Amino acid sequence: MKTRKLILENGEVFEGTAFGSENGSDGEVVFTTGMTGYQETMTDPSFCGQIVTMTYPLIGNYGMNRDDFETIAPAIKGFVVQELAKTPSNFRSERTVDEFCKQKNIPGIEGIDTRKLTRMIRTEGSVKGYITAVGEEVNVEEVVTRLQNTTFPTNQVEQVSTKSAYPSPGRGKKVVLMDFGMKHGILRELNKRDCDVVVVPYNTTAEEILSYNPDGIMLSNGPGDPKDVPEAVETIKALIGQLPIFGICLGHQLFALASGADSFKLKFGHRGANHPVKDLKTGRTELTSQNHGYAVDPDSLEGTDLEITHVALNDGTVEGIRHKVHPVFTVQYHPEASPGPEDSNHLFDEFIELMNTHAGKEQSQHA
Amino acid sequence: MPKRQDIQSILVIGSGPIVIGQAAEFDYAGTQACLSLKEEGYRVILINSNPATIMTDTEIADKVYIEPISLEFVSRILRKERPDAILPTLGGQTGLNMAIELHNSGILDELNIEILGTKLDAIHQAEDRDLFRNLMYELDVPTPESEIIHTVEEAQAFVDQVGYPVIVRPAFTLGGTGGGICENEQELHEIVASGLKYSPVTQCLLEKSIAGYKEIEYEVMRDSKDNAIVVCNMENVDPVGIHTGDSIVVAPSQTLSDREYQMLRNVSLKIIRALGIEGGCNVQLALDPHSFNYYIIEVNPRVSRSSALASKATGYPIAKLAAKIAVGLTLDEMINPVTGKTYACFEPALDYIVAKIPRWPFDKFEGAKRNLGTQMKATGEVMAIGRNFEEAMLKAVRSLETGHKHLEMKHAEELTDEWIQKRITKAGDERLFFLGEALRRGVTIEQIHEWSQIDLFFLNKFKNIVDYEEVLRNNVKDVETLRHAKKIGFADETIAKLWGMKEEEVYDFRKEHGIIPVYKMVDTCAAEFESETPYFYGTYGDENESIKTDRESVIVLGSGPIRIGQGVEFDYATVHSVWAIQEAGYEAIIINSNPETVSTDFSISDKLYFEPLTIEDVMHIVDLEQPKGVVVQFGGQTAINLADKLEARGVKILGTSLDDIDRAESRDRFEAALHEIGIPQPLGKTATNTPDAVAIAEEIGYPVLVRPSYVLGGRAMEIVYNTPELEHYMATAVEASPEHPVLIDRYLTGKEIEVDAICDGENVCIPGIMEHIERAGVHSGDSIAVYPTQDLSQKHIDTLVDYTTRLAKGLNIKGLMNIQYVISDDVVYVIEVNPRASRTVPFLSKITNIPMANVATKSILGQSIVEQGYPVGLAPIKDGVFVKVPVFSFAKLRRVDTTLGPEMKSTGEVMGKDSTLEKALYKGFVAAGMKIEDHGSVLMTVSDKDKEEATELAKRFVNIGYSILATPGTAAALEEAGVQVQVVDKIGSNGPTLLDVIQKGNAQLVINTLTKGKQPARDGFRIRRESVENGVACLTSLDTAEAILRVIESMTFTAEQM
Repeated sequence: MKTRKLILENGEVFEGTAFGSENGSDGEVVFTTGMTGYQETMTDPSFCGQIVTMTYPLIGNYGMNRDDFETIAPAIKGFVVQELAKTPSNFRSERTVDEFCKQKNIPGIEGIDTRKLTRMIRTEGSVKGYITAVGEEVNVEEVVTRLQNTTFPTNQVEQVSTKSAYPSPGRGKKVVLMDFGMKHGILRELNKRDCDVVVVPYNTTAEEILSYNPDGIMLSNGPGDPKDVPEAVETIKALIGQLPIFGICLGHQLFALASGADSFKLKFGHRGANHPVKDLKTGRTELTSQNHGYAVDPDSLEGTDLEITHVALNDGTVEGIRHKVHPVFTVQYHPEASPGPEDSNHLFDEFIELMNTHAGKEQSQHA
Repeated sequence: MPKRQDIQSILVIGSGPIVIGQAAEFDYAGTQACLSLKEEGYRVILINSNPATIMTDTEIADKVYIEPISLEFVSRILRKERPDAILPTLGGQTGLNMAIELHNSGILDELNIEILGTKLDAIHQAEDRDLFRNLMYELDVPTPESEIIHTVEEAQAFVDQVGYPVIVRPAFTLGGTGGGICENEQELHEIVASGLKYSPVTQCLLEKSIAGYKEIEYEVMRDSKDNAIVVCNMENVDPVGIHTGDSIVVAPSQTLSDREYQMLRNVSLKIIRALGIEGGCNVQLALDPHSFNYYIIEVNPRVSRSSALASKATGYPIAKLAAKIAVGLTLDEMINPVTGKTYACFEPALDYIVAKIPRWPFDKFEGAKRNLGTQMKATGEVMAIGRNFEEAMLKAVRSLETGHKHLEMKHAEELTDEWIQKRITKAGDERLFFLGEALRRGVTIEQIHEWSQIDLFFLNKFKNIVDYEEVLRNNVKDVETLRHAKKIGFADETIAKLWGMKEEEVYDFRKEHGIIPVYKMVDTCAAEFESETPYFYGTYGDENESIKTDRESVIVLGSGPIRIGQGVEFDYATVHSVWAIQEAGYEAIIINSNPETVSTDFSISDKLYFEPLTIEDVMHIVDLEQPKGVVVQFGGQTAINLADKLEARGVKILGTSLDDIDRAESRDRFEAALHEIGIPQPLGKTATNTPDAVAIAEEIGYPVLVRPSYVLGGRAMEIVYNTPELEHYMATAVEASPEHPVLIDRYLTGKEIEVDAICDGENVCIPGIMEHIERAGVHSGDSIAVYPTQDLSQKHIDTLVDYTTRLAKGLNIKGLMNIQYVISDDVVYVIEVNPRASRTVPFLSKITNIPMANVATKSILGQSIVEQGYPVGLAPIKDGVFVKVPVFSFAKLRRVDTTLGPEMKSTGEVMGKDSTLEKALYKGFVAAGMKIEDHGSVLMTVSDKDKEEATELAKRFVNIGYSILATPGTAAALEEAGVQVQVVDKIGSNGPTLLDVIQKGNAQLVINTLTKGKQPARDGFRIRRESVENGVACLTSLDTAEAILRVIESMTFTAEQM
């Protein structure tokens, strides 16, 4: 049993047992409340640069399988759990979380009071932390000072976006998917609807995107602050009004910025699979999967062409917006789920529908 | 949507008496529902026949009717009260079936009464096997290959197609009554026949067995706006094949990946939407462990035992919100009462694991079939919360109060490997402990998996526990080993055994090294939001969240799992004690382990600790809270049994002192006390071995009443008539020893009297005296009790008041006491004194309007009875007659002898009240589920000693037009006395025997009294079981028979010739 520490910038130290990579690692410590779906969570690129704490205390029970990855190269900086299963049991399980973390160079720590850590993040907000290397002799004070004076890189999108465009063919609607750190789930939902998808890097120009002659544009999720990706904001600005656009998570925030609205950082974010979101049009509430540290500022919508379509039931934050003139709608949460409830999966159908309607209009205009 | 304004008054239907399959969880649900409707400003009318419930307290509803839940009586109340609507979905299957009956009778249409919550056709669609299957077909949701059958022949035809094993599920029954798994033709015929009998629509579903699949449950809710959520999902440790009420269950699911979880979640929500449920609903699914294939097992379109468990497991109050949904409120506009900040339309996130283990009555019913299947047999359950599986499971094990503190059982070393394999392969109540033993013997988890189909995940966890025993054994007094052992839930007692120390030494050693638990909050949101809920569980972590307040506090110990002899009435007393403590200005803290009850609703007390009721777990809380003292007299024997250990650790026991408790409970000291006070008791002595026992019995003369000291509900209590019987008893029923002596008393026949009293140290208040219908010898919990006494002379009443007062003072009672007397040959004897709350507390409290547990608690805290404004001495007698009639669950327990005796067998009770004894009894019998016919046949087969008395009864039956059937011996005696009898052959004869009579439903009543001997092979046993199997009332006491006769006589005119 090898021990290691999780040291926070506020001076708090958690001592636990090491798993996964034996290297040390810095990251923003966040928590997620989903009880299942750790495999999807660990491989969700939106967690790029973060040390992820699972609030559910038993993790790894069903192992890791070949199917449920949300990316090939996970981007989390560390994984914190109360207890890691040594002997998973599920018909799809191929390896343990420990083995996976070793392969993907993710340092893990278990055996700490994760509820205490969660409560700390809840009251103090997201904190910077360091997971020590195995066998490392650390001076806690030095680490704390270093953490306090460190600014983490803000190029997470660049880190996780695809470097070059690639197709994911189908025979239906042609969609260009801007990859800001896309979860595979988004691509899967589009492919399921037979879309002919081209996934392009985050910094692809509007011109290049339009050169694919798509029926619609999908803005993916992604990590970090939307303001760190100004080039994408510019691209989206140029695309609004050209084609139907559907945005998710970071894609949603980028669209808001492109339309003249503003965003802000939440105290400790929304991360989990039980967030109720109210559809202001139907009045119905859906349970959604969420993972974001930033949100669109509702006051900043004034004077823009945007209107709020969805709000978080609990804290009233903006969860969905729509362009009043052009065929664009975006949501802060994850209709592709994986992990989490699939209540809002129908949004992908609505996107297809929007592309159909738009195509119809175009045709009638040309006719 | 705002609540409905077009209705003002709502009738809530309760679930009636506690039976297996329908227990305290409906008191919890019903109480929540009534309060939540009142909160919204509706006038709430409640009907429930069960007096031992919080929900039938007058504060819970605007009008409370303790009346039989039958068409006749509910209709009468509807006519009288004219409610705008009824809410039936919170009263279990009883409530639903009543709603259907009311609807079919036309009274709802006639009086223009609406059914709130889930609509009747949805209930029908969910409950009717055929309609449900068709709906699943439409929704493209798979159900196991199945066939609806109405006859045994149809069943055979289905099996010929699909083969064995098949599962039989009778339609519209609770707890799977009458169902089961059939492996062969004989079982098929037996189970299908019984299933058809129990189904009110003579319909069963036959299903190809999918035993071995994972059994997963989703507790879902939906409102009128079509918002639908999952409150909780649960995974059964025992795979499909064992009723979920009899399964060990964990929440949330442990072995499902997110894809499996969401797949089953989607299906559950699809179904609840298709059915149009408005309220709570339980969906049971079977998932193939080797693929994504799944099947729907069943849907309960109402609040259930599982929803109570889900509520306690998550903190999310399902019943409360379901009631509000029923009046039109929606999930997105209601605040989550746990956080007080977020909305109810969300899905709780747990950051702990919950384990539930059922509590079975096999400790009382030794002859019963202990195998578990699709028919539920447990009377109650325990729940435990931990931060890992091992911790939750071991905490649950020690909450059971079955003597197990760990995954081990007594005398395990004597078991053969074959026996262990058998008991793991064919699940029974002790499988968990056989599992532990198998692992200890080195059986691999793969092997055990093959035997049991239990998922390897769980088996690995069990193995972790067993493996750690060895680590502990090899590392005596090693601090880190100890720390880990506590983390994974080992009890001090277990560690002490492995270390060769005393439990207390381990406790002290731990405290020395700072290894003590912290308490975490159950907050529905995994700490994401700040919550104020005072609902805690203990675990070994870093941060304690339960902060001691500045107020002085009192801890009340609950009564643990519901079992025969310790039922919901103790929870009733516990809750009232909590309220009284709060009224007296203290902080009330409760510790309990039962998820079904009102006492574990976090809104009842100032602080709720969901913890096992063992000395170790209780002491941790005492150490943290530093209360003024601990109240033990309301939690039944569970709490009383902790008193001496608590006092030994310096904890103040509030109320009657430990020494005085012991004076009442220890035989020799009690005898001395009685002698001192000058009150007679039947001759008797204690024996610690068989020769002594025989000598004592011969000295005082047979028959004698034998029982172990410190018993609950008359466990292992018997009347023996001769020396061989006594020797047999001493050898098999008890393990007599100097620490556990056996009491041997002269058995006095006579009228049994029960008195409850409250003493404040100076004065004694006697709310009432009750008389039992059955003569002494039948356990008081199984007797019909009558208030006020019907034919007791003033002289005896005076004596009873005098004795009770002297006993209370002489034993220095502070709080409640219960005394059983017998009047034999005009002399009043004391049989037993219980220095604690009794089973009759709610019954008497409700009749007399003296809230006994409340008054007693305040007396304990220093307010005198006079100060509280209650009478000293016998309280003025109330008008009317009230009877308490016991209710049994024999139909659920195969091979259990139904004969009444000194050992308690009933699971619940009902109250009948009216202006005369006969009317009250009529209501009592009806409420208890008996059909009282004004004509028909009585089948009599009685022992020689009863023939004379039985003849008198037979004559009276004949007089009101009943015909008499009797076995040859009994018939001869009757004929001799001039009673016309039709002779029925004994079992084994060629012609039609009495079994045929019972099976064909040719007798409305069976009267059978016991011939000596307990061996089940005897005819009497067959008769009694056959009656149960066929739903015919079988009376084993002539007193009960006489009571029924009186009722029938009062209903009919005599037909006597001139």
